[in-house]
Amino acid sequence: MNKTFNNKAWFLVIPVFLCVAFSAIVPLMTVINYSVQDVLGPEQRVWVGLDWYRKTLTDPELHAAFFRQLEFSLIVLAIEVPLGLGVALTLPTQGWRASLCLVLLALPLLIPWNVVGTIWQIFGRGDIGLGGVLINHLGINYNYTSEAFDAWITVLVMDVWHWTPLVALLAYAGLRAIPDPFYQAAKIDAASRWAVFRYIQLPKLRGVLTIAILLRFMDSFMIYTEPFVLTGGGPGDSTTFLSQFLTTLAVGRFDVGPAAAFSLIYFLIILLFCFVFYTVIQNTGKGDGR
Amino acid sequence: MARIEFTRLAHSYQPRSKSGASAGAPASYALQPMDQIWEDGGAYALLGPSGCGKTTLLNIMSGLLRPSEGKVAFNSIDVTAQSTEQRNIAQVFQFPVIYDTMTVFDNLAFPLRNRRVAEAEVRARVQQVAEMLDLTADLKRRASGLAADAKQKISLGRGLVRKDVAAILFDEPLTVIDPHLKWTLRRKLKQIHQEFKLTLIYVTHDQTEALTFADRVNVMYEGRIVQAGTPQELFEDPAHVFVGHFIGSPGMNLLPCRVDGSSALVDGHAIALAPDRAARARGAAGELQLGIRPEFVALSAAARPGAIAATVRAIEDLGNRKIVTVGFGDRLLKVRIDEDDTVAKGPAWISFPEQWTRLYANGSAV
Repeated sequence: MNKTFNNKAWFLVIPVFLCVAFSAIVPLMTVINYSVQDVLGPEQRVWVGLDWYRKTLTDPELHAAFFRQLEFSLIVLAIEVPLGLGVALTLPTQGWRASLCLVLLALPLLIPWNVVGTIWQIFGRGDIGLGGVLINHLGINYNYTSEAFDAWITVLVMDVWHWTPLVALLAYAGLRAIPDPFYQAAKIDAASRWAVFRYIQLPKLRGVLTIAILLRFMDSFMIYTEPFVLTGGGPGDSTTFLSQFLTTLAVGRFDVGPAAAFSLIYFLIILLFCFVFYTVIQNTGKGDGR
Repeated sequence: MARIEFTRLAHSYQPRSKSGASAGAPASYALQPMDQIWEDGGAYALLGPSGCGKTTLLNIMSGLLRPSEGKVAFNSIDVTAQSTEQRNIAQVFQFPVIYDTMTVFDNLAFPLRNRRVAEAEVRARVQQVAEMLDLTADLKRRASGLAADAKQKISLGRGLVRKDVAAILFDEPLTVIDPHLKWTLRRKLKQIHQEFKLTLIYVTHDQTEALTFADRVNVMYEGRIVQAGTPQELFEDPAHVFVGHFIGSPGMNLLPCRVDGSSALVDGHAIALAPDRAARARGAAGELQLGIRPEFVALSAAARPGAIAATVRAIEDLGNRKIVTVGFGDRLLKVRIDEDDTVAKGPAWISFPEQWTRLYANGSAV
């Protein structure tokens, strides 16, 4: 068989190749490169093999940050997904009210992250912030700069405020995609409101909820800007999440080697979690039941 | 089971305007005012093109939609204000509606369990319905994995599983089903109807489906039932030009005409009419049209008394019959002849048998 050699095809492949190379492969290789060396100065580096990985994986400070992070992400999911779903279910379905609600709901999503942090930092202050003053007036001692619990609550509420709209909008879109006959059939079958939710809406929302959970998990697991602006990771290290820990390591202490090794582990953790989540959700209720 | 009665029923999707004069202007009606009775145990078809109000009528009957005017009564009890649930009606939709996460058994049991029927009876009814619909083997399977026709059978089964439904309404239920399965399902429906004497109302835009399913077919056009009758009546005596051209393949030939004495004049050619029909037509107002089915036009190669000279323009051989296009003057006519009849392009003679020639004034038969 005669094969046609057409070298012009390379011109079509090269742009993609270059894009991927510069956007993903080169930076990733740089990180890998750092992770196996000890960089002492601009011209001085020593090959250390897997030492940084070993050190990172056994670092108790990092373990603490990891579990703190995991706890945060799980709480965020446990609040935002049901809340977003609930909001989506109660939103009006048509008319100007629907448009108005959607715009109001989308507003927090449009605010830059550091601004969100600043808003809540001021809002929560015990001396001048509306929220902080109000809570203290109610007789509850609240100070997010000195109390770890208060700091946690503030970061959580901020994240819920910022990101529940995303879940709500996704779920809302999913709900609108359910054809009317499903609801009509449910009426004819005398299904209760709960049965409609359980047997029609929830199964039909499986796709969008999967996306919502994945997005919220990834984003909350990588959260950086908002707590950094709000609490700076404190008090102590009570709100120091993984990203911030990493930044302190790489920028603050200039430990590029461990930071690189840690970045790669971080990346793999997120990948692993997302894969597990996705597989579990996709397979729930898919069995044939025979 | 119920006898369903519509009294001065009409529906408009636009809110009624406040000014008294233009309130409920006929043009805005999705369903024109109508009085209609659906007998208990009857199998009715509602036939009509998209947008003629079939689904609106069905949804009013099932209570999914509240009519803007008039009353709906089941067995002489006014149910206009009642919900679908209270009316105890079953409806099967165009696309199969199933509960994805449930098994076939649970799907079928759903309407009963929601009505708190005892579990033993649920079991018995579901078994019975599953047997009727050949779903027994699939009962334990998850419904979402089944083919479209099995899913539609489940939708149908959820309607049949309740013993006391007032009526079962079908909204183009076979649209998504493969052609060869359509026959099976349609036969099944007919069989179920004969066995259980349920009131069935079947909406479709497919004339074959309507004519084979129902004892009486209601043809709908622009929000009105223009004719209700047996398939034979619809074919032989269309009450409206729409019925004429919608039913039959090809549809009725319609020619503008005027009446002179006891004959109709089409472009100056006289066509003999039944005397009483001609008399009625003389008194009728509006534009007159002469209608005749392609099956009834007589075509011959030789001149005959009363026949009109014409030209055969085209012949389509459909295998079991031939459709001939005949021109006379500026008019074109479709004529259906038997497969074995021979006909050649060129001059020919056509005649219009008196008993099959119909006249329409402004669309309605005279």
